[in-house]
Amino acid sequence: MTGGKARREWAVTLPSFAWLVALFVIPSLIVLAIAFRPATPSGGIGAGWTLETLRSLGNPNYPAILWRTVWLAVATTAVCLALGVPTSYALARAPKRWRNLLLLLVIVPFWTSFLVRIFAWRTLLHPEGPLKRALVAVGLAAPDSQLLYNSGAILLVLVYTELPFAILPLYAAAEKFDFRLIEAARDLGASSWRAFRSVFLPGIGRGIVTATLVTLIPALGSYVVPDLVGGPSSEMIGNKIAQRTFTDRNLPHAAALSALLALAVLAPTLIALAANRRKESP
Amino acid sequence: MSRSRVPAIVTVAVLAFFWIPVVLLIVNSFNTARFSGSWEGFTLDWYRRLFGAREIWLALRNTMIIAAAATLTSTILGTTAALALHRFHGSRVQRTHYLLVYTPLIIPEILMGMSLLLFFVAIGLQLGLFTIFLAHVTFCLSYVAMVVLGRLQDFDWSVIEAAQDLGASWRQTAAKVLLPMLAPGIASGALLAFTLSIDDFVISFFVAGPGSTTLPIRIYSMIKHGSPPLINALSTLLLVVTFTTVWLSQRLLEDRS
Repeated sequence: MTGGKARREWAVTLPSFAWLVALFVIPSLIVLAIAFRPATPSGGIGAGWTLETLRSLGNPNYPAILWRTVWLAVATTAVCLALGVPTSYALARAPKRWRNLLLLLVIVPFWTSFLVRIFAWRTLLHPEGPLKRALVAVGLAAPDSQLLYNSGAILLVLVYTELPFAILPLYAAAEKFDFRLIEAARDLGASSWRAFRSVFLPGIGRGIVTATLVTLIPALGSYVVPDLVGGPSSEMIGNKIAQRTFTDRNLPHAAALSALLALAVLAPTLIALAANRRKESP
Repeated sequence: MSRSRVPAIVTVAVLAFFWIPVVLLIVNSFNTARFSGSWEGFTLDWYRRLFGAREIWLALRNTMIIAAAATLTSTILGTTAALALHRFHGSRVQRTHYLLVYTPLIIPEILMGMSLLLFFVAIGLQLGLFTIFLAHVTFCLSYVAMVVLGRLQDFDWSVIEAAQDLGASWRQTAAKVLLPMLAPGIASGALLAFTLSIDDFVISFFVAGPGSTTLPIRIYSMIKHGSPPLINALSTLLLVVTFTTVWLSQRLLEDRS
């Protein structure tokens, strides 16, 4: 009978397994392989093997871009947590009949297309746009200052696009949290900040880990946001990959940069997995 | 003992932050001004022009063809994947299988787009609607599998055993018991796949070829090269469509339960 069981297992496993090997595993390995191939002037992939591409990553431009990518992604994650944790706390403590409405208010703006949301910010931050006018009117910005096409604009729009994805896991964790623990801490004389920090934050630990991952990883790989609201001096690694692919037609170079990005994503993922595992077995 | 007001204040600020751009977008779709700096009067002109913009409707058609095909394929593949992962949980094959299904969910889109582009170039496949379809199935599959797997985990397997005790074959059990009971899970997986496919820009942009412009790719080039008021009108319409769909499906679900 074990033969029959194995056959049944493969019958349901094979379709998705084969699809993912063909269109996920093999393409990923091809990226690694192509990073060691020479580029041809016509935009194709040459024959033979070379370390030229990897060597050119030492070009002083790249460390700067990599560093900017990392700090923008880390800053985005930090802001999302700083805003998401209090929001999830308030949502979880809100009366039940209010909770669904509030949650809906968080989700509905994100039913618009991802590109459209970025476009809305381009309008808001536009030199003739309403935000700039308001800031100039109250004296917070100089008339010739630029709100768009810099790292600050990227950070703002990244927070805008990632924040709901941080709030949802945080809320899921906060909803399961037993708020009587906070009352208990307060009764024992803890300040509300102390109770929040020493009781609530550890209580939603898993939610914090998930929220960190779901904001950090897309932020590290973001390409559309820096492309549409960033400028030439605020490029991220995603822009470089796209530029090498579409403008310079240097596919080996784009492949090497992709491998670099994959490494940057792998590190926090492994750390988070280890952190969650430690939580499971205290 | 007073409760801190900070969380409530942050929440209100966050909601304002979320809504202001969306409201501005809707308002501007009725604004005569071309660059949205100020209100210059009410108009429906942008909507009229939108209906005359043939390239937008062509892009919408491509998007719908891809979304329908990718949803169907990824729902079948995702459902069988979830069944395998659940039924044979813990076997060595399934541990590898789980890793295969899970990893596409966490890698950045640009990496998947890039690797698929290089793959299609390497095997000499012409870029176009078909390559976008292949790419969409690849990322939708994992989402469908996760949604269906979630349903399977709170599933009463004794019903399946009962069917088999009563002499139903594995095939009969699957068709008459398992699939009908799983239908809501499969439907929400399919809905998710459809939404993801319609909204995808990054991966499609990498694997698109001449003549396979999808709606997000069209919107992107409109953002890059002008015609902002048309985007406002288009997004307002899309928001209305999404809102109605979700509201209707909620109503249908409520009526059923």
